[in-house]
Amino acid sequence: MGKRIGRQTLQFTEEITIRSFATVVGRKEAEGPLGPFYDYVFPDNLFGEDSWEKAEQKLQQYAVELALEKVKLEAQQLDYYLGGDLLNQIIATSYTARKIGVPFFGLYGACSSLVEAMILGSCLIDGGFADLLVACASSHHETAERQLRYPTEMGVQRTPTSQWTVTGSGAYLLGKHTGDWKITHAVPGKIIDREIKNNADMGSAMAAAAADTIITFAADTGMINQIDYVVTGDLGIVGYKLCQCLLQEKGIDLGERYSDCGMAVYHAEQQDVHAGGSGCGCSAIVLGTRYLTQLLKKKGEKLFLVGTGALLSPTTNLQGDSIPGIGHGILIEKV
Amino acid sequence: MVKQKIENCSEQELKDLLKEVQAEHQKLVMAEAEVKEESLRQKYHQQVLANEEQGKYIQQQLGKLYQEKAASVQPKALLMRNIARAFLVGGLICTFGQIVLNFVMLKFGLETREAAGIVSVTVVVITSILTGFGIYDEIGRFGGAGCTVPISGFANSIVSAAMEFRREGLVYGVGAKIFTIAGPVILYGTIASIVVGIIYYLVG
Repeated sequence: MGKRIGRQTLQFTEEITIRSFATVVGRKEAEGPLGPFYDYVFPDNLFGEDSWEKAEQKLQQYAVELALEKVKLEAQQLDYYLGGDLLNQIIATSYTARKIGVPFFGLYGACSSLVEAMILGSCLIDGGFADLLVACASSHHETAERQLRYPTEMGVQRTPTSQWTVTGSGAYLLGKHTGDWKITHAVPGKIIDREIKNNADMGSAMAAAAADTIITFAADTGMINQIDYVVTGDLGIVGYKLCQCLLQEKGIDLGERYSDCGMAVYHAEQQDVHAGGSGCGCSAIVLGTRYLTQLLKKKGEKLFLVGTGALLSPTTNLQGDSIPGIGHGILIEKV
Repeated sequence: MVKQKIENCSEQELKDLLKEVQAEHQKLVMAEAEVKEESLRQKYHQQVLANEEQGKYIQQQLGKLYQEKAASVQPKALLMRNIARAFLVGGLICTFGQIVLNFVMLKFGLETREAAGIVSVTVVVITSILTGFGIYDEIGRFGGAGCTVPISGFANSIVSAAMEFRREGLVYGVGAKIFTIAGPVILYGTIASIVVGIIYYLVG
């Protein structure tokens, strides 16, 4: 087991790189602080399609195609397509895979799907089973709302712990040797369920899992102090604070180095998003635009991203069961 | 394991305990699977259930400790602000209804009961149109319960569901899902009216 450190951490021996990435978002996201950095903005959440589900599929397809075109590659050159979304049977991803036409792994990790795809993609490359693949995830505000909550036109007041599902998709092209960023380590997460039952408080449901993954990474590698940015996927303000408390209890004080994608994607006050953004698309669009291009400047700078997922099922939630949380970690280094 | 003992455990002790209980579960299941005699199997099965009960209890206890921490960082809903807004918006809707009521009574010389029907229809139609144009959900986000409680909230819940599921077709979409939100109100409203009717018949 030369490629494993400690209990849960994987150490890749091949030089796995992110060759390019692309982000496609909706109007509301474009009005957020990262607006100018997205590759493509859909003028509205339907984008000329006749259903929101179709629009979400298009988000994903555009992201994949843009990521490929940036390095002048074609879909046929991909060895695998790995992706996930929030819809029933992850249908937006399957339809995208149908268009791309390469071997496909459909993944469901709720909002951690992107990192889950990146970890498994890195494993495929490291194992010598692939040279080039795409890891992708998407979410769409309206498709998620209608599936998990209320009809979109219903006039309800949202609670302060609730988060706004991001309309957006991010595709990351993983390969070998060439690329501006490399993936060196990964920490597949465990399910941590602390009996949170409120489906409008996903941040609290996921914070324990995110903290567990960061603590495990620190214990396994002893590298936590060398990490420049520790980033969680979509905990929002509530989960962010809670995760910080949990880390401090274990003696890990990240201070300014810790941030959350869910808090970076919108202007919380002006855009009326309460605790912040969420959804598979949240970490997928923020990772590239904010962290990879803006913050990771110097060679050797390291980013530990924890994709956080609330594996909620509306059915069991109504039956009174709690929300299992998961946090998948991945270490990205600037080349 | 005595419940009291679990209650006094620290987080780490609870986690260790949970691991023990889970490891034991596997052994008990094997014992249950291997045994041939029905009465013995029942005995083992009881042990499995007791183990699961214990695991659940520890899990809940862990949850309780966690939720205490969570509660300290959770923002409080702005109760007074929300109440004031609900009062304002709900009050405006009702005032509008009263204006319509007085108007039709004066203009067409209708009785209160007949005029009330017209008020309901007017409010429902206006709400439906506002919902269709995507305005009512904005009002609802501001007004909260003030928009949900009047009959306009009822109309909004039906129209929004109809719009939402139109794409799945007229039968399995709109037809099947139109009352997903309003259904409980209709069902329990009807039951309540029957109960009240019976009481009225007996007492009145």
